[in-house]
Amino acid sequence: MNTAFMIKCAQTILHSIVVNESTLESLDREIGDGDHYINMKRGASAIVEMQTELATLSPIEALNKIGLKLLSTIGGASGPLLASLFMGMSKTLATQTDTTEPIQNSQQSTLKYAVAFAAGVQAIVLRGKAGVGEKTMLDVLIPVSNQWVLLATQNTAVNTICQTLIQVAEQGMLSTRNLIATKGRAASLGERAIGHIDAGAKSSQLMIEAVCQLILSDNLKEKP
Amino acid sequence: MKKFINNTDDMLVESLSGFALAHQDMVELHLNPNFITRKKKAMNKVAIISGGGSGHEPLHAGYIGYGMLDAACPGYVFTSPTPDQMLLAAEAVHANKGILFIVKNYAGDVMNFEMAAEMLPYESATVLTSDDCAVINSTYTTGRRGVAGTVIVEKCVGSLAEAGADLQSCKALGDKVNLHTASIGVALTSCTVPAAGRPTFDISETEIEMGVGIHGEPGRKREIMRPANAIVQDMVNAILVDFKAKNLAINNVEALLLVNGFGATPLMELYLIFNTASQLFTQHGIKITRSLVGNYTTALDMSGASITLCLLDDEIKHHWDSPSHTPALNKNQ
Repeated sequence: MNTAFMIKCAQTILHSIVVNESTLESLDREIGDGDHYINMKRGASAIVEMQTELATLSPIEALNKIGLKLLSTIGGASGPLLASLFMGMSKTLATQTDTTEPIQNSQQSTLKYAVAFAAGVQAIVLRGKAGVGEKTMLDVLIPVSNQWVLLATQNTAVNTICQTLIQVAEQGMLSTRNLIATKGRAASLGERAIGHIDAGAKSSQLMIEAVCQLILSDNLKEKP
Repeated sequence: MKKFINNTDDMLVESLSGFALAHQDMVELHLNPNFITRKKKAMNKVAIISGGGSGHEPLHAGYIGYGMLDAACPGYVFTSPTPDQMLLAAEAVHANKGILFIVKNYAGDVMNFEMAAEMLPYESATVLTSDDCAVINSTYTTGRRGVAGTVIVEKCVGSLAEAGADLQSCKALGDKVNLHTASIGVALTSCTVPAAGRPTFDISETEIEMGVGIHGEPGRKREIMRPANAIVQDMVNAILVDFKAKNLAINNVEALLLVNGFGATPLMELYLIFNTASQLFTQHGIKITRSLVGNYTTALDMSGASITLCLLDDEIKHHWDSPSHTPALNKNQ
């Protein structure tokens, strides 16, 4: 993982959010307050706009900077939650050494980032006081993080990890459809939230998918 | 969507600028990050800061001034403000007795203010307002929402802070006023978030949304439109049930009745609601001795209203009656 790769991630995430504007908008309008797309787009755009600044930083510094930027640009609940993810990742990576190897090429680096991501997700859990099954972004992020750590521990190939995580994220996102929300945007709706996918779970799934697809296509280019 | 907009991205700053210009004798606007403070910094008192998504005007910036808030942090429409706004606002208004945040109980607002409080170099406390009795607390852990009752909390705590009370006393009064306050809203139409460009929810000519929140988020249930008295009766009952659940006696108790418009309901109808609600509460032994009718906590262009009842003891009554000088709430003694 290096900072240049992170900037590419931000670009592909922004693209994915913009392409899915109508989906995110309609999901949040159904059982939320309709601002999720705008907030996510503003956050992702702010990260893309700071790419020159990010390029000069180490991954640890860049992740922390990204967290602080999201904290000051997204607002709502998504701001502090996503900020906690990136700041939590940065904090955990800082306790480890040698973080400059590209993620695509090193099993060790993959595990390191899996552990950092898991710590970031844990920071979201603590900030949001929520867990799996509450119809939030965590229904995507917790299974993805668990699966990533598991596969990385087993030395699974990066491409396989990416393909699996895309599926896990998709399943997690779809699982929110039949849940009653006990946290987050739809928590006051009771049974009326059933049948609707949570917008935060959807945007998280889109981000996981975008980054995994980026890694898969980069690997394809390198090893045709 | 038909609204007075130049473009949605500039709308908030243009509106804040107009607000600051119109009330330049009382407030000062700071941009990037956005926050508004009193024109003249208060000295040696607990600094009271509130904030939340925009679209609820005059909440919160309209309550900046003597006897109420020291600063307010406006977020984007219906979106919580961010910690950088709160930190700079705190730095600007801190007056050696700590910072009290008044925060409406929504996950986003709570988390952003929580992170700000953690990063703050000063002593701070937070009053969470949760007067909306449409949402049942025990079922949903996010809890009850803060709505129009927040204005009463800001008024009373502001008065106490002005009198030189310490941080913990201010927080205690805020919590007490919140406990003694219950609100419920009803929507006749949806609101339209400017950047979204279309109504937040669909509702037909013959339906109402009972228990609606101030962002157009659904409430208790969708009901059939009926005469005002029948709607108000249900709202009054919900409030009475709430006080009963909290074990708060209502018989022979004085109360403040606030009928709040959501933005697109005429004052004529708000007074009609006040008339009915006041009679119904009186029938239950409550003495309505204080009142407030108007648009105090809005939801953009939503048509509808909320009813708030605050049970008064001598302390709350004193602080409600005390002088305030703000753009949206003026009281002279």
